[in-house]
Amino acid sequence: MTEKQPLRYAYYPGCSLHSTAREYDLSMKVVARAVGVELVEIPDWNCCGASSAHMTDPFLGFALPGRVLALAEEMGLDVVAPCAACYGRLAAAREEAARHPDYVRRLEKATGRRLSGSSRAWNVLEWLCQERVSAAVREALKRPLQGLAVAPYYGCLLVRPPKVTRFDDPERPVTMDRILETIGAAPVDFAFKTECCGASLGISRTDLVSELTGRILAAAADAGAEAVAVACPLCQTNLDSRQEAAGLRQGRTFDLPVYYITQLVGLALGASARELGLGRHLVDAMSLLREKKLA
Amino acid sequence: MSTQTAPALVLKGGPEAKTFLAEVDAMAATQVEACYQCGKCSGGCPLSYAMDYQPRQIMRLVQMGLDEEALRSRTIWICATCYTCTARCPRDIDIAGVMDALRVTALRRGVRPAERNVGVFHRLFLDYVRCAGRSYELGLIFMYKLRTLRLTEDLALGLKMFTRGKLAIRPEASRGRDEVLAIFREAAAGDAGGSAAEAAGGAAVAGAGPTRSGEAEGGGAR
Repeated sequence: MTEKQPLRYAYYPGCSLHSTAREYDLSMKVVARAVGVELVEIPDWNCCGASSAHMTDPFLGFALPGRVLALAEEMGLDVVAPCAACYGRLAAAREEAARHPDYVRRLEKATGRRLSGSSRAWNVLEWLCQERVSAAVREALKRPLQGLAVAPYYGCLLVRPPKVTRFDDPERPVTMDRILETIGAAPVDFAFKTECCGASLGISRTDLVSELTGRILAAAADAGAEAVAVACPLCQTNLDSRQEAAGLRQGRTFDLPVYYITQLVGLALGASARELGLGRHLVDAMSLLREKKLA
Repeated sequence: MSTQTAPALVLKGGPEAKTFLAEVDAMAATQVEACYQCGKCSGGCPLSYAMDYQPRQIMRLVQMGLDEEALRSRTIWICATCYTCTARCPRDIDIAGVMDALRVTALRRGVRPAERNVGVFHRLFLDYVRCAGRSYELGLIFMYKLRTLRLTEDLALGLKMFTRGKLAIRPEASRGRDEVLAIFREAAAGDAGGSAAEAAGGAAVAGAGPTRSGEAEGGGAR
């Protein structure tokens, strides 16, 4: 995080940003362009295996993200991983590489690539809040999001396990709050900032995800939030797509658009709703912005 | 706990208990024996309400060498690895890592996941990654529905996502798919050889298979 950090990063979109979270990919690129950061997509990137790999095979859980790190090393760049799960796996793989030389050997044998641990993964929040980027955001600010009350929802993998992520406070993080302040929005403090949304159970145990997302949405709404901001495609998909079912379980109706933090930053930097993919949401993401004269 | 449906526990003790504990400790790079049952993990677990054993009970099962009970539990498949327990444990046990180790051990020993659909999801997800180097959500959802016969669940939601361009129609392949396949092969080969290498910890149990130890020991014969 020193001034020496080059404003050039290897970009690892991961699978979600090419499908369910395309608006995250779009808004990420819009923001990078606006603040003068170059994102170079890792050409032959593969899936990090998400939770399925590390839950079922430790070597697989290491080697899939390990290969991505090796590719970034070849580019001589640090990696920005907008997906919190990808970020978590890349960070974990770097830790494991130091602990398991045998894993590194097996990865190098299978792929013919070298892994030394010289490249590290950045999550979107730490990437956005580094001095040079946040200064550029402040400078390029065109449309401060005045009067927009947003619950910053961090979820799990940006802050936990703390020994691996070494980012912010695992119980009460504030980085996204700061970013929201920078772009003129009003961050809402609430108790469920880092509670789990149910993650990959979204397909196999939808009932559990409806319960968990319901608790999070209720806490956000009760604290006065009009919208939720996230930095993870799984969080976004679960909070956005299960909102109706979650409301039924909680005996109330939720109407909280769930924005990627990069969409909000992009909006404040003057990008159009279309450029930011704001029409792709399941819970209407446009009405609130129009009401506030922000889009 | 109100959700507890498991039979009464019978302490195994002796060298076998230590073997299972050592195996889990080694795989998770942690020390389950340090657990003193404060319950902080269970109190903070967002999914504990849906588990058959609370996370602290799983720690106890591992300490006592009650491998069958731990490996057949729903808990290990309900756990979403949110790491809240790991972050809060005052004894510094990587509890979520222990859940990983138990899932891996269950699969290696051929114990079918107690949450069948969760197991199907993980297998299908990795099948796509193995083939193309990347996951493919539309195909994954389709195959998952076929395998679990939950054809109508979320149909409306799926359509909505589709019309908003949230589900890519065609699978995307990584140009690095050959390397990814090689990683999967290396993982499979390592697991096969791994049982031998981990002989001290796992061979006796792995060789015995789930049925024998399940009936002879888990049933309370000792």
